[in-house]
Amino acid sequence: MRYEGPRSPRRGHPDTATDALARGLGWFSIGLGLAEILAGGAIARALGMRGQEGLVRAYGVREVATGVGIVTAEDPTPWIWGRIAGDALDLVTLAAAYEGNSRKDNLLIAAAAVAGVTALDAICADRLTRSTAVPMPHIGNYRTRTGYPRGIRESRGAATDVEGSEGMLTPALLKPWAA
Amino acid sequence: MRALVWHGAQDIRCDTVPDPEIEQDRDVIIKVSACAICGSDLHLYDHVMPGMEKGDIMGHESMGEVVEVGKGINGALKKGDRIVVPFTIICGECDQCRRGFFSVCERSNRNKQVAAKAFGHTTAGLFGYTHLTGGYAGGQAEYLRVPYADATHIKVPDSLTDEQVLFLSDIFPTGWQAAVQCDIQPTDTVAIWGAGPVGQMAIRSAILLGAKHVVCIDNVPERLEMARAGGASTINFSDESVIERLNQMTAGKGPEKCIDSVGMEAHATATIDSMVDRAKQAVMLESDRPHVLREMAYVCRGAGVLSIPGVYGGLVDKFPMGMIMNKGLTIRTGQTHVNRWTDDLVRRIEAGEIDPSFVITHRVGLEDGPEMYKTFRDKKDGCIKVVIKP
Repeated sequence: MRYEGPRSPRRGHPDTATDALARGLGWFSIGLGLAEILAGGAIARALGMRGQEGLVRAYGVREVATGVGIVTAEDPTPWIWGRIAGDALDLVTLAAAYEGNSRKDNLLIAAAAVAGVTALDAICADRLTRSTAVPMPHIGNYRTRTGYPRGIRESRGAATDVEGSEGMLTPALLKPWAA
Repeated sequence: MRALVWHGAQDIRCDTVPDPEIEQDRDVIIKVSACAICGSDLHLYDHVMPGMEKGDIMGHESMGEVVEVGKGINGALKKGDRIVVPFTIICGECDQCRRGFFSVCERSNRNKQVAAKAFGHTTAGLFGYTHLTGGYAGGQAEYLRVPYADATHIKVPDSLTDEQVLFLSDIFPTGWQAAVQCDIQPTDTVAIWGAGPVGQMAIRSAILLGAKHVVCIDNVPERLEMARAGGASTINFSDESVIERLNQMTAGKGPEKCIDSVGMEAHATATIDSMVDRAKQAVMLESDRPHVLREMAYVCRGAGVLSIPGVYGGLVDKFPMGMIMNKGLTIRTGQTHVNRWTDDLVRRIEAGEIDPSFVITHRVGLEDGPEMYKTFRDKKDGCIKVVIKP
């Protein structure tokens, strides 16, 4: 869990939105990785990369490892940066396979999808990097806002003579017996 | 005059609207000197509470000076009087008002047939709070018409400032009633969900009423800090299990008294049940998110009391009636019978037992009201309570 940082108007609060985005990307990574491992042959054929099934499966292992890291780590930031590095590797691999490829359409769709997820990873990594690992002092100091002008000792129990409570309390017959 | 006007979900604007006029003999008009944004205004802002119409004037926490008096006021008020306006409009004469159950006044809701359809029987008219409760114009404005004003007012002494008495209109008596109806005993642990303005008032009220230990549950750091300043122990539900911590604090027995000052919009992503509630809300299978009710019912000690000042609007799902029945829990709830408590509370403010102005974090003009709704809703900038000075 990280916290909203110095440039946030709510600094000091847990940054739950970015954390949820990061964990979501982690689960996506695990799902994609498992698909690459289990259907490496089919994916390689669909991308016109016959003969590179092993590479696809290796990338799948990388995805699963990164995803597990994101989902389980206290601080997912380094793992999200790891995803971005992996995305770059994917894009380079797809670009290298473009020349003379028989399934260029599928390759371009795959590249566009990877680019989209890379953008999401980058947004997430940027937000995580701007947040902080420990809560910052929050805005406003309310430590002295007691509400008791005469002090809490004077006020504690001062209103046991409350007026107007008739009919809104526990009926006498239902009161607890003395212990 | 200028007023904060509802135009739709998340759309409140500072508009110029016609000045209010005396419509009934028992009306007065006040020039508003101070008003506030209430947590329950946020239910209207987010449009989770039905019954709002475009053009409705917001606000039910207001005070000011009487500038016009209807013919039927009969000396109860005169021009120049300084009054706080309770959020519940009361006739002062019907059976419920005479019994002190002002929030279920039988006469002040001019749309009582709609309220009766929704709730079985009518409830009181409320300022600036949907057409279910009369569709009366609210007080986040330069002027306010106060119906049944000979009964619907709280006179306040000149020795107290506007900021000290403004919250007699709602949040102070609301937190007070929530604590009083817990029937607090000197041995009691009182757990209070929500460290917003009503939660803060409930903390101070529980301390004044002599609770042994007050615990407040929230996840907003500055609100928890203010709760601690008021004498409460705190639990941050983002960091730790509420149920485990409350049981630890009470030798495994649970708190005797539990107060829900959160209501229908419990944090939507903090727990699985709230996420399911949120999904159901989206497809109209449920109107409110009752996470706090479920948690209170679970952790409350047997034969304890659940006090619910938090606003609920309609239907909740997975309400743990089995826990409530088998543990013999008592539920007390309701809109606040403001005038039942205010004479006593004015006396306590004068005596220095409490000063409700501690909760104010933002003071703005009417023109900044729309932006402050957003700031308050998003809990930004350390915002806990906004006072508007028109």
